[in-house]
Amino acid sequence: MAPVATPFFFYLFAAIMVIGGVMVITRKNPVHSALALIVALLAQASIYLMLYAPFVAGVQIILYAGGIMVLFLFVIMLVSIDRSIRERQFNSQWVVGLIAATALGGLLIAVYTKGTNIFPEHALSVVENDNTQQVATMLYGQYMFPFEIASLLLLVAIIGAVVMAKKRI
Amino acid sequence: MTDPNSSLSNLDLETPEKPFLDANELVINMGPQHPATHGVLRVILRLDGEKVLGLECVIGYLHRGVEKIGEHRTYTMFNPYVDRMDYVAAVSNGLGYCETVEKLLNVEAPPRAQHVRVILTELNRIASHQLWLGTHALDIGAITPLFYTFRDREEILKIYEKYCGARLTTHAFRIGGLQYETYTGFEQEVKNFLQFFRPKIDEYEELLTTNRIWVERTKNVGIISGKDCIALGVTGPVLRASGVKWDLRKAQPYANYKNFDFDIPIGENGDTYDRYLVRMAEMRQSVRIIQQAVEALPEGPIMAKVPKVMKPAAGEVYHSIEAPKGELGYFIVSDGSTQPYRVRVRPPSFVNLQALDVMCRGQLVADVIAVIGTLDIVLGEVDR
Amino acid sequence: MRAIIQYIQSYLGSDQTPGAAGNMFWALVYIMVVFAGLSVAVIAMNWLERKILAHMQVRLGPMRVGPHGLLQPIADAIKLLLKEDIMPSEADGFVFWMAPFIVVLAAFTVFVVVPFGPTHAITDMNIGILFMLGVSSLSVLGIVMAGWASNSHYPLIGALRSSAQMVSYEVAMGLAVVSAILMTSLNAEGTGTLSMIGIVQAQQAQGEWFIFKFFPLGLIAFFIFAVAMVAETNRAPFDLAEAESELTAGFHTEYSGFRWSLFFLAEYSAMIAVSSIAVTLWLGGWLRPFPNFLSGATWDRAFSLFPGVVFLLFAAMCFYNAVRMPKHPLFRIQTIGLAGFGVVLGLIGLVLFVPAVSLRVQDIFWFSAKIAGFMYLYIWYRGTFPRYRFDQLMQMGWKVLLPLGLGVLILTATVALLQQRIWHP
Repeated sequence: MAPVATPFFFYLFAAIMVIGGVMVITRKNPVHSALALIVALLAQASIYLMLYAPFVAGVQIILYAGGIMVLFLFVIMLVSIDRSIRERQFNSQWVVGLIAATALGGLLIAVYTKGTNIFPEHALSVVENDNTQQVATMLYGQYMFPFEIASLLLLVAIIGAVVMAKKRI
Repeated sequence: MTDPNSSLSNLDLETPEKPFLDANELVINMGPQHPATHGVLRVILRLDGEKVLGLECVIGYLHRGVEKIGEHRTYTMFNPYVDRMDYVAAVSNGLGYCETVEKLLNVEAPPRAQHVRVILTELNRIASHQLWLGTHALDIGAITPLFYTFRDREEILKIYEKYCGARLTTHAFRIGGLQYETYTGFEQEVKNFLQFFRPKIDEYEELLTTNRIWVERTKNVGIISGKDCIALGVTGPVLRASGVKWDLRKAQPYANYKNFDFDIPIGENGDTYDRYLVRMAEMRQSVRIIQQAVEALPEGPIMAKVPKVMKPAAGEVYHSIEAPKGELGYFIVSDGSTQPYRVRVRPPSFVNLQALDVMCRGQLVADVIAVIGTLDIVLGEVDR
Repeated sequence: MRAIIQYIQSYLGSDQTPGAAGNMFWALVYIMVVFAGLSVAVIAMNWLERKILAHMQVRLGPMRVGPHGLLQPIADAIKLLLKEDIMPSEADGFVFWMAPFIVVLAAFTVFVVVPFGPTHAITDMNIGILFMLGVSSLSVLGIVMAGWASNSHYPLIGALRSSAQMVSYEVAMGLAVVSAILMTSLNAEGTGTLSMIGIVQAQQAQGEWFIFKFFPLGLIAFFIFAVAMVAETNRAPFDLAEAESELTAGFHTEYSGFRWSLFFLAEYSAMIAVSSIAVTLWLGGWLRPFPNFLSGATWDRAFSLFPGVVFLLFAAMCFYNAVRMPKHPLFRIQTIGLAGFGVVLGLIGLVLFVPAVSLRVQDIFWFSAKIAGFMYLYIWYRGTFPRYRFDQLMQMGWKVLLPLGLGVLILTATVALLQQRIWHP
């Protein structure tokens, strides 16, 4: 089967992702921002697919686009849109922003110019069909401890949310 | 009885609950064009998400000035107008009006007329409750009972049509008795209907009474205590479901209800489910009353001696009957002329509607619909 | 030219789906067939729902347009297309415009991996079930967008309800699905699969539909999914998002004409989509019933006659009703039409008796028949149940289905491990 990971698709999805990302921070209406974020996330899922990581792509769609973003929208819709549109969106923190942007840009340029030997020459020869199994083996074998830490963190977050929302339990 | 104001004070009508977090309060306009407000009722809801913080009813979209019309019509001419108030229980309206004027004129309808009146009125109670059941279930999402009840209500309407030519606004009674003698086979048809209808009540109950979703949707929804009911003047099945045994047919017997043997079903919790059970039981009791009335239907005249031109002596009279929805009262002031000086109607729907706010506060939007359904209002009667 | 023909022919002998075989032409054909079939199914479903519901409610349903109202859905479709497309003046134009398309897109895209037969799927993904759940969960975005963009209170409440509802029921649904996927790994290699075709093949290999596997664990998981899927598709008794007695029409209150019909189309195709997940995971997908009791070539042959017989039965019903039509000149066209429809169905039935056809088509038939069972259930629910209230819905999702799903998952895993390690080492 011919590879789908052609440069055309990569640049297409990358462009969609970048445009979506820019829209997220430039739209005045938070619902539009959220929708742009969904577009960016879906483009990201496509790039995962091109990396022969279909499981991660599927999870990305279910969890981020289908789950978390819906909750985002849920909260945003409850907030008064009219007021937030009128409020100023951009704070005058030019200096910090500039420094952060320069640092990130510099990093990217450094990776692009000098990073040729960091990355392997060819794509990893991962068999697509085993992808899910390999994720599982990694997650529950090698990275068991971080995985459990993460779930503990989530538990703490859930309890914290319940405590904040309920006055008496 | 205690001072009604003292019990009203603990209803806490003024202070709504604080909205959760700082979410904006949502004001929703439900109606006057809304599928579940039973006509042109407009309810302004203040919501916190789905929770009702308070509500206000806006009425008057169907106001036709029935009471004012009464001042410009003779006593006989006004009779058909009252049918247009509670149009699903037109016969009851007519009964109340005729009896009030009869009281004013000091005449009494002959026994046969009384019996036929009871039969038709109780049939009307069944029809009204059927319509309530169908629409109430429809509001809660069960679409099928509506068609079942309408199918069976049709049989009652057929009897009406055969008796007086009209199905909905019947104008069945006249002041002093009846206009028409019953048609041939009337008794048999009524008996056939009772035979036909008894299993139908079981059929309705089979669909709903033990239905888990129905019970969950109606139990502990729209609770109102008997004390609050009395304070707000709520009557009818709503009052009885709250545990107050008050039925005008027993408390102040009119027509010849005292000759019949029947029970007054009452509820305990005053929630929507109890009101449902009370109305279902009332249908069974109505069947019982009709059975007795049709079996003991006496022969005799159907019209008392009433002057062609009615000129009641100056004075006033209040008379109320137990309409399907509650106490339906007529207050008529006569100045001795052919037309009433003032007609005032005490409509059960209008008074019962005032309990909506009390019953809905703190509940969810879906419960508002259930409560409007359970109050069994008819906007024609609320607005008059 | 020859190369093209060869390219087209090269697929015919293969036992793979066109997507897996990488044949673009056949993939396109399959997409077209699935799309057309789905549209016809939605139209048929529209008619059937109204008819069946009507008969449950002691009435006749559509009777005027065409014999027994058969043309009613088409008349409705034409009416909807010709209607004015109204957009509220204060609505958010772009989002309002996009919402129905997202819903339809999500509802139709999932059919890429639905396996109508071992080779009758557009493609076979190794994350098939994940893809279906993921893409169908995107449709909630369209609903939320529609509700918000209408800039009206009822749609907003409908959208809030539906987003909360769908997100909560996805959790229970996911747990039920995982317990079924666990069962696919009960083979010699011990590796399961997420591929839709692989799941059915696992059931075939184990000789047991997953609904009966580890009785009653499979049944409970199936039950959880069957409840959650009704909630996912916003159908009665969980149709809170469009509860007509409370929210007039919920999230699509402000929509009209063509855009509204897109929501309608999406709702029905989503119903078919989730039913096909249930059929694939628990009811053996395209496999015929009773493969164990009634096995052997004779029975295989007998069961392959089923599709033709069913179509002939439909044809017979048409003829019977054509005979029963009132003998009146005005009804002549309708009678002829019904008889003609019967002839068409009968011819299809006869074609299905040809062994070569029936062998390839019976998979599709069994799959569709199982889905049709679910569709009937949907209609039945709608005719029988009152509507849940929002808090009760949430309670059911989080306090009943979620713990139940977790329990079933853990038990399934335990039993599977025990079976592999102890009973059949």
